[in-house]
Amino acid sequence: MTSLIELSLKEVADKLKNREVTATEVTKACLERIKDRNEQINAYVHLTEDKALDMASQCDKRIKEGNARLIGGVPLGIKDIFCTKGDLTTVCSHILDGFRPPYESTVTENLWKSGAVMLGKTNMDEFAMGSSNETSYYGPARNPWNLDCVPGGSSGGSAAAVADYQCFGATGTDTGGSIRQPAAFNGIVGMKPTYGRCSRYGVIAFASSLDQAGPMARTVEDTALMLRCMSGYDPMDSTSADLAIEAYDEGLADLDLKGLKIGLPKEYFMEGLDPQIADLVKQAVKRFEEQGAEVKEVSLPHTDAAVATYYVVAPAEAAANLSRYDGMRYGLRVEGENLMDTYERTRSEGFGWEVKRRIMIGNYVLSSGYYDAYYTKAQKVRSLISQDFKNAFEDVDVIFAPTTPTTAFKLGENSDDPVQMYMNDVFTLPASLAGLPAISVPAGLVEGMPAGLQIIGKAFEDKKVLQVAYAHEQMCGFELKKPE
Amino acid sequence: MRQDYEMVIGLEVHAQLTTNSKLFSGSSAEFGAEPNTQTCPVDLGMPGVLPVLNTRAVDMGIKFGLAIDANINRVNRFDRKNYFYPDLPKGYQISQMDYPIVEGGYVDIELEDGSEKRINVTRMHLEEDAGKSIHDLGEDRHSHVDLNRAGVPLMEIVSEPELRTAEEAGEYLKKLRSILRFLEVCDGNMEQGSMRCDANVSVRKKGEDKLNTRVEIKNLNSIRNVMRAIEHEAERQIAIYEYGGEIDQETRLWDATKNETRTMRSKEDAHDYRYFPCPDLLPVRIPEDRIEELKKEMPELPDQKKERFMKEYGLSKYDASVLSMQRASANFYESLVNGNRDAKICANWMMGDFFAALNKAGKDISESPISPEQLGELMDLISEGTISGKIAKTVFEEMFETSRSAKAIVEEKGLVQINDTGAIEAIIEDLMQQSPENVQAFREGKTKVMGWFVGQTMKATQGKANPAMVNQILQQKLQG
Repeated sequence: MTSLIELSLKEVADKLKNREVTATEVTKACLERIKDRNEQINAYVHLTEDKALDMASQCDKRIKEGNARLIGGVPLGIKDIFCTKGDLTTVCSHILDGFRPPYESTVTENLWKSGAVMLGKTNMDEFAMGSSNETSYYGPARNPWNLDCVPGGSSGGSAAAVADYQCFGATGTDTGGSIRQPAAFNGIVGMKPTYGRCSRYGVIAFASSLDQAGPMARTVEDTALMLRCMSGYDPMDSTSADLAIEAYDEGLADLDLKGLKIGLPKEYFMEGLDPQIADLVKQAVKRFEEQGAEVKEVSLPHTDAAVATYYVVAPAEAAANLSRYDGMRYGLRVEGENLMDTYERTRSEGFGWEVKRRIMIGNYVLSSGYYDAYYTKAQKVRSLISQDFKNAFEDVDVIFAPTTPTTAFKLGENSDDPVQMYMNDVFTLPASLAGLPAISVPAGLVEGMPAGLQIIGKAFEDKKVLQVAYAHEQMCGFELKKPE
Repeated sequence: MRQDYEMVIGLEVHAQLTTNSKLFSGSSAEFGAEPNTQTCPVDLGMPGVLPVLNTRAVDMGIKFGLAIDANINRVNRFDRKNYFYPDLPKGYQISQMDYPIVEGGYVDIELEDGSEKRINVTRMHLEEDAGKSIHDLGEDRHSHVDLNRAGVPLMEIVSEPELRTAEEAGEYLKKLRSILRFLEVCDGNMEQGSMRCDANVSVRKKGEDKLNTRVEIKNLNSIRNVMRAIEHEAERQIAIYEYGGEIDQETRLWDATKNETRTMRSKEDAHDYRYFPCPDLLPVRIPEDRIEELKKEMPELPDQKKERFMKEYGLSKYDASVLSMQRASANFYESLVNGNRDAKICANWMMGDFFAALNKAGKDISESPISPEQLGELMDLISEGTISGKIAKTVFEEMFETSRSAKAIVEEKGLVQINDTGAIEAIIEDLMQQSPENVQAFREGKTKVMGWFVGQTMKATQGKANPAMVNQILQQKLQG
């Protein structure tokens, strides 16, 4: 018999609704699994056990009263970047030691309104700056497929928790690939919706023009259902899109693959891409072709400038976004001789190396005399990258690409070489810069480790992206490793 | 100041808007609450929270642009200005750098010699205020931060360097304040800091075109201080040039008690603010119909009012200008005239006794103890002949002190003018009998004694006799 924790999010939601299980039972099962596994995986950094059980019992009461909600009683992991009222929220940084926000992020608020239960805060790279979870102040999370490997990042804790059956789904945020890359590394589904779908209110900012919250789960249907519960217009976020919430999880199988036009960007199949991952993508494409889809080569000519562009834009915004951590009002404060000294000591001790590196880069590219050469130019290139996608989408409905050039690497393997680390995001950055919806779905295994297929869609065609991902999932037959 | 030099002055005015809430949050923007009680996570720069633009502030900005006949930028943008200070919770101020909401426009000023001058405005942008730091407070001499002001909306209004004297600078500020008050977008209170001014000052030899190094002066909390600081700074600069020295580009602080400016920071210490577009806010797009709607809401502005007062009430330019400068005084004046009272006499009364009394009491017209209706009643008593102009002054003083009506005072004190010919004749005849020698003197041509008779008649009636009647009857009787 399949144990409770192995159920999909959708399955457990149905069982809860049908009163086959109680939210308390499900929540306890997850908490037990977390306690059993956290020492090895380190997916959770702040467990909120009391809150989880309290929320679960409230769900049970509602379900008993016949007021079941969309995902009533389903326990989720929440990335440590989402402010949840009264709980430790630290972006896995020393500088936010002890910080408990007096407010709730809109995304988590939406999830609670849909009946979800919060298990705790998941591990991540400090301030979401990293692709391996190694910059976390609380130590790295590990990849359940191979504990010597990284789970990816920055949403590494969320991905590992989902892949290791420590929750039914988890929230992530994606600034340059932080949902898709760890999803690919852990053999799960992770989606970065169109910029503006999910409110950024209460999500601790890294790079505001790129940050986008999204769901991470074990199936496409679960991902779609979670997105439905997370997303929606929010007047508290001026950049959120004023569009109705779609029932993303409904009609996933309704897409007619016949005549679907799939684009393969030639620039993505480049040196550095593991040929076995390239093969997995091509196999996926072939299955669609067999169902009557048309496949075309497309060109995204500015792809090679995406990494450089991203590493100007994101640090510039981050440098300003992180200025508020000055030890004056909350979080860490290291007293100095005078004001400047207090600032310096607080920020020197509070931030890790990767965060400091990006603050330095950001302030450099914004400083007078360099602004035009870096920031202005990066904005121009960013428009060109967007335009590349617009041109490509004249001819195709969706774009298929690998999510990452390699499968999960070993801990410590890239940590001395930031540029090598940054290159890991080469396939995910362009869609981030263009604000487009993009999903990573498991494409198969390469030497025992999972690899992801990335599907990129037109702006606000999130549903179509999910439908195509669903079709792929059905044909691919990928299976997640069972819990030990 | 030496006659061969002239000043080149440009002013930067920060005007706090009278919106109910802050520029990017729902916190109250009201002045004077307990420290740190009017704040929310957005004002405090808490992690993850986001600014949402207050559209009322944008409307106020548009109205100001319309009032000075400026360009309203249909697309404008907010930027982040980065610097660290404890009263700046986010470590950046949200301001407008490259695309301000308003560009161009002008303010016309009138000078003491009657001449007029047009001062062009470079730009006006919206930005959030910082909190307030209070240093060396208490025994431990700690610094304290009040974030009630953090996020309060400001308009920064930058003039072209076209002001040439301290008087021009003063008149520009008065006019600007008057426009802001008419628009009801700023209360213009410099002492409380709801209107603040920094002055950029340089000097040059008359006839030269070049702009010399300028100095920015801060901490100017009244129009008078702005004028004094400019005068002193110009003198300082001239002295340096005369001794062959150079002016350093720097920011100086005005010390009103010592009557001097002193260095606050030099050019080398100038911040690199690393401005860039704020990614949390979309560019502000102002639709055409919004501007049209706001045009309909525009009040009559000081210049328009002045013109109308001259035309409609036949006032002199000076009177019209004085009465129209403040909305409250203009409204008071118009209620006083009330469509039928003599416009010129009303103006004289207001600008004479009324303003003098307000001045003496240190009161603003909005705090006047008497209403235009009450003052009007007093003037009606004069024009009907119920009281004399002289008595009216006494009645006015009492009214101002007690806020009582003129009629009540006149009746209580029996101040009604004596217009009864018989009664006045009786008094005069009595007087003539009592002092025949004065009658004699008058008849011998010493007409000066007429004054004695008038005085005695007024004394006998406690000043209530109608002076015109007294004169007329005396002439008749004395001439026999």
